[in-house]
Amino acid sequence: MWLYALRRLLMTIPILLGVTIICFALVKLAPGDPVQNLVRPETPPEDIAKLRAYYGLDQPVVIQYFVWLWRVLSGDLGTSIANNAPVASEVLRAFQNTIVIAIISVVLAFFASMALGIIAATRQGGLVDRFVTAVAVFGISVPTFWLAVVLVILFAVNFNWLPATGMGSSGSDSFNYFDWNDFKFAVMPIVALALPPLGIMTRTTRSALSEILNQDFILTLRAKGLSETSIIMHAVRNILPGAVAMLGLQLGYLIGGSVLVETVFTWPGTGFLLNKAILTRDIPLLQGTILVLATVFVLINLVVDLLQSLVDPRIKRI
Amino acid sequence: MTDIPAGAIPVTPATQGAPASKVRSYWGSVWNRLRYDPVTLFFLAVIILIILSAIFAPWLAPLDPEKSSMANRLRPIGYKKFLLGTDEQGRDMLSRLLWGGRVSLMMGILPVVFATLIGGAFGVVAGYYGGKVNMVIMRTMDVFFAFPSVLLAVAIAGSLGGGIFNQMLTLTVVLIPPICRVAETATSQVRSLDFVDAARASGASTVSILFTHVLINVLSPVLVYSSTLVSISIILASGLSFLGLGVSPPTADWGLMLSTLRQAIYVQPLVTALPGIAILITSIAFNLVSDGLRQAMDVKT
Repeated sequence: MWLYALRRLLMTIPILLGVTIICFALVKLAPGDPVQNLVRPETPPEDIAKLRAYYGLDQPVVIQYFVWLWRVLSGDLGTSIANNAPVASEVLRAFQNTIVIAIISVVLAFFASMALGIIAATRQGGLVDRFVTAVAVFGISVPTFWLAVVLVILFAVNFNWLPATGMGSSGSDSFNYFDWNDFKFAVMPIVALALPPLGIMTRTTRSALSEILNQDFILTLRAKGLSETSIIMHAVRNILPGAVAMLGLQLGYLIGGSVLVETVFTWPGTGFLLNKAILTRDIPLLQGTILVLATVFVLINLVVDLLQSLVDPRIKRI
Repeated sequence: MTDIPAGAIPVTPATQGAPASKVRSYWGSVWNRLRYDPVTLFFLAVIILIILSAIFAPWLAPLDPEKSSMANRLRPIGYKKFLLGTDEQGRDMLSRLLWGGRVSLMMGILPVVFATLIGGAFGVVAGYYGGKVNMVIMRTMDVFFAFPSVLLAVAIAGSLGGGIFNQMLTLTVVLIPPICRVAETATSQVRSLDFVDAARASGASTVSILFTHVLINVLSPVLVYSSTLVSISIILASGLSFLGLGVSPPTADWGLMLSTLRQAIYVQPLVTALPGIAILITSIAFNLVSDGLRQAMDVKT
């Protein structure tokens, strides 16, 4: 167990290094001069020359990378072009808003998918099963930004139940998730984020569970005269480690993929920050946000793997 | 938006050099199974319909998709000659949806084709040679797996900037790693099978083994997996267009249409929802057909 954990931990280091290489390359991908991409257009040439030396751009690319990496490791992700603020603090502030709704969404989706998966797997081939499968296919196929727009049309425009965008008067800093006047702003983003993981997890739960229910030990349990509920509990316990791993993975996808939903709802999280960076061609902000999100994704995967090996002792290989 | 599913597909060796008697060919038996699957057939018809309407858009579209008319902005569905209403610049929605399908379908299919060729080649090479070659290729791919697909797409397209070529390039890069992984798994499984050893022992060259024995067995799991990526590619592409990282404005594209119409949700909510419905139907159709195909070909993901 500990050996596996150590190995898994060590495997993360080259991956994270690779992530930094890709993020470093993003600036090189952007058309135009890299320094021009990093500053406002009206910056005087002498400042640009200074920056060129600061970033080591007169040096070979490999040196440039390590100069940049060293800066990143010491917590400096560069400066946003749009408002001259340090990227690191911008990303950190936005990240709080993203992680909270992502966690709420994925937990809701998890419980809903377990319920739907159990209902469908115990009534295989029936009408309910087909309905659940249809819901799952819809969740998997729907473009989230369109779903978000439809939610706005329904609940903000037509019924006027929920606010369409933003975080309300409290704003990002004093937003209180336990106060309905604030929380109502988060409802639609949460629902829009939750549907795709709901679809995927429902499908996985249904197929994993129906496979278990067809195994011999279930027949034995039934022969022993166990009640249907208790049989289902046995089966669910078998798929739980996989389902929890799925939950972690989906959380990672939500955190990394929230750009579209947050853009529609102007929810001030990392996704919205990415959209801002794209619109204003703020490459340092784009690079810093991507780097933080990818790192979080890698770390979530690490935690999921470790947790899974804790729950399921069969996972010791690799 | 779904993320790219991790694909680990066990190989089902295709019947090599099936006897010429009345034994049904591999593809024949696949078709035979598909024939009795009404859901897949129905959505296959939907896909064909969508593709045809995209191909014949110039003849089917009643009006010029890029001709705006300030007098007819945001008309409702069924207003005079505008069957599906007009957008925020008074352009005919039906014509724009038909033309937009061309861009969106192209973005769903072409990147998958390119990624299958490139990723498949890397995967087969990695799987066949193993060792250091495998390590270099697959560890590089692992780095790309460290990004959720939406994030990777936004990162690359965001740096490159908008435009149809950049969008295509971005999607291809995003789709290469998962296809490469599937091809690698399939190849390394085939490589250890007896008939490959037999071919090698009988003196066949590496190239001929790769082309006559390995490729044909790797093809079906890779193609099935690739087909599941079409709907993901369409959704990713429309997402990028929605963020302004796709075609440039007057051109019609479902994602971009949804994005520009967003300001009009209070005026014409139904018209605003139309491009998204087009994306949804296309994506559902491709999803279900690839599901059916996978079942018919008996490949497990």
